[in-house]
Amino acid sequence: MSAADLIRAGAPQPCQPWPRHLLTTEGWQAMAVALATTPSVELLGLWADTREVHALFHETTDGAFLLASVAVEAGWYPALSPVRPAAAWFERMVHDLWGHSAADGLDSRTWLDHGKWGQVAPLSARPAASLGAAEPLEFLTAEGEDIHQIAVGPVHAGTIEPGHFRFHAQGETVVRLEIRLGYLHKGTLGLMRGKSPRAAARFAARLSGDSTVAHSIAFAHAAEAAAFAEPPPRARALRAVMAELERIANHLGDCGAICNDAAFPFLLARYGWHRESMLRAAATAFGHRLMMDCVVPGGVALDIAPEGPAAILGALALLERELPNLLRVYDDYSSLVDRMVTTGIVEPPLAAAFAAGGFVGRASGRSFDARRSPGYAPYDALAFGVPVLTEGDVDARVRIRIGEIRESTLLLRALLAGLPDGALSVPLPMTSGEGIGWAEGFRGDIWHWLRLDGGQIASAFMRDPSWLQWPLLQSAIRGNIVADLPLCNKSFNCSYSGVDL
Amino acid sequence: MVWRHIARTLRHGPLTLPAVPADEAATQALAERLHATSQRLLGRSLSIRQVDAGSCNGCELEIQMLNSIVYDLERFGLRFVASPRHADVLLVTGPITKNMHEALVRTWNAAPDPKFVVAVGDCAIDGGVFKGSYAITGGVDSAVPVDLVVRGCPPTPAALLDGLRILIEANARA
Repeated sequence: MSAADLIRAGAPQPCQPWPRHLLTTEGWQAMAVALATTPSVELLGLWADTREVHALFHETTDGAFLLASVAVEAGWYPALSPVRPAAAWFERMVHDLWGHSAADGLDSRTWLDHGKWGQVAPLSARPAASLGAAEPLEFLTAEGEDIHQIAVGPVHAGTIEPGHFRFHAQGETVVRLEIRLGYLHKGTLGLMRGKSPRAAARFAARLSGDSTVAHSIAFAHAAEAAAFAEPPPRARALRAVMAELERIANHLGDCGAICNDAAFPFLLARYGWHRESMLRAAATAFGHRLMMDCVVPGGVALDIAPEGPAAILGALALLERELPNLLRVYDDYSSLVDRMVTTGIVEPPLAAAFAAGGFVGRASGRSFDARRSPGYAPYDALAFGVPVLTEGDVDARVRIRIGEIRESTLLLRALLAGLPDGALSVPLPMTSGEGIGWAEGFRGDIWHWLRLDGGQIASAFMRDPSWLQWPLLQSAIRGNIVADLPLCNKSFNCSYSGVDL
Repeated sequence: MVWRHIARTLRHGPLTLPAVPADEAATQALAERLHATSQRLLGRSLSIRQVDAGSCNGCELEIQMLNSIVYDLERFGLRFVASPRHADVLLVTGPITKNMHEALVRTWNAAPDPKFVVAVGDCAIDGGVFKGSYAITGGVDSAVPVDLVVRGCPPTPAALLDGLRILIEANARA
C-alpha cells in the first residue's frame, strides 16, 4: 500500500474540511516505512494534543491533503524524522510542550524548553514541576583543522528577534551553523485553550506580527471550518485586500533590508519609503498600519474606510512608477549583484524535501501556493501568477519578492474594483468540532488547526511557514563566509516568534 | 543607469516627513526641542540598543521604520547601536519571556550608567494579552527598572519618536 492509502486506512475522525485518520501505532510505523520511498508525500506539519500526535501531509501527485494521527502509548510514538528530516524540530517541540517522545527520532534534545518554566510539558494533561536547572544544550560539532566556534545571540546586533546562532567556522568559511530558538516562547497555545475563537484570535494575530493578517485569516478559516460557518463574500474580499497589502509591505521591507545588508542603503531608503506609504494606506483603509485584529473568525472586524481604496491605489501607483527603476539600479550595480548571486544557495531537491513554501521554496523551484491549492475564496475567482525560479540563491529570493509585489498589485486592483456588497461577518455558533485552515502569508503557507468543545478551544496549533525554512538556512550558509550570514538570513527572513509559539 | 536614477531621485527633492504639510509644524518643533535638549544633556547623541525580550515582532517592524528616510531618527542625534556597551537607552519590547529574562538582565548589566529603559508596546507594560502565561514573567519591569513606557500594539513610529523626546526632556529637568 502507498503511504497515502495507509493513512486513509486509519479510522476517520471528524475534522473539516478533511477527515483526520487515526492510525494504530503499527499503521503509523507502516506509513513511515512507505514515506521513505515516497518523496511525493510532503510533511507540512506535526503537532499534538494531550493524547495523540497529528501530522499534515500533501500528496503532490494528486494534490490531496492528508491528516494522520497516532495515539501516544506510555508517552511514546514512532518518530517521522528518520524519513522526513523536517519533522525533527516538530518532534522536539511536541516533546517540550506535550511530553510525548518520538521513538527513534533523529534528535531528542530540548527545543522550546530552556529549563526556565518551572514545569515540564506545560500543555500535557498533568504538567509536572521541573526539577532543578536544565542541562546546557549540547551543540552539534564539526571536526577538522583550525575549526573555531562563534556564538551569536540570543540578543542580536540589530533590531531583530532573539535566537542563538552557533557557527563552526574554518577561517572565514562557515562549516556548520546550528540555530537554537525558543527564546520567544510565550505559551500562546496554552493561552488559547478555553477561549472562544473570537477571543483566541488575538493570539493568532500576535503569533508573528509581520504576518498578523495571514495568521488571522488561517485561524479564522480553521474556526469557521470547525463551526460550519461561511464568512460573507465582502469579508472574504476585504481579507484578501489586507493580505495582499501585508504581502507587498513586507516584501518591500525585505528587499530594502537585503540590499542594505549588502551595503547598498540607497535601495533601503527607496523601498523603505514605499513600505511606509503602504502602511499609511493600510491605516487609512483599516485604521491600523499592520491591520492587527481586523480579521476575526466569521468575517472582518470593520469595513474598509470610504477613502481606503483611493489611498491604496495611490500608494500602488507610486510604487509601480518607481519599481522598474529600482530593479534596474539593482541589476546595474555590479558590486551589489556580486554579493547576491550564488550566495546562500538552497538546492531544489532540499527545498522539496523540506516542503519549503513562500519565496524560499519558489526561489528553489517550488510553485506551491496555498491560495491556489488547496485554495480559498476569493482567490478561486482571481487570476494571478506565482513566480518560480530555480537558482535558489539570495538574488532569486529577491526576484521572487519583486515578482510577487507585481502580482499582488494586480490582485489589489482587481479586488478593489469589484468589492461585493453585503454583511461583514457572521456569528460563529457555539458548537463542538474540529477544523483545519490555511492562508498564504508573505512567507508562505500557514496552517492552523483547532478543536472546539462547546464553542471553546480545547486544543490548537499554528504552523508558521518558518518551521520548514529555518532548517534550510542552516544548509544555505554552509560554505559561505561568516559575513554573509546577515544577507542570507535576511533573504530568508524567517519568523522567530512564529515558531517559538 | 544607477547614477542616472540616483541623480533623478536627488533632483525631485527630499521625501522626508516635513514634506507632509499636516505634520510639518510638529516635526519641526520636535526637531528643535530634541536638538536643544540632547545637545545640553548628552552632547550630540543618545545611543539606543533595542532588545526584543518576547515580542511578536510587530513592535520591531515599527521601530525599524524609525531608521527610514521618513522618520530619520539620526537627525535628532538618536541612533541605534549594536552593543549594549555603547548604549544610553535600552528600548525593550515584548512580554518578558522566561527564556529571555536572563538575556535581558545581562544586557542591562552590560549597558554603562547612566542608562534609561523604555518599555515599548502594550505587552512590555504588563505582559499584555500574554499576561498569566506560564512562559512569561510579566512586563519589562519584571526584569529591569523601567523609566518610560510607549503604549500601542504596536506603537506607531510617530509615537515612538514622541516617547524618546519625552525621555530626553524629563531627564533634562530632573
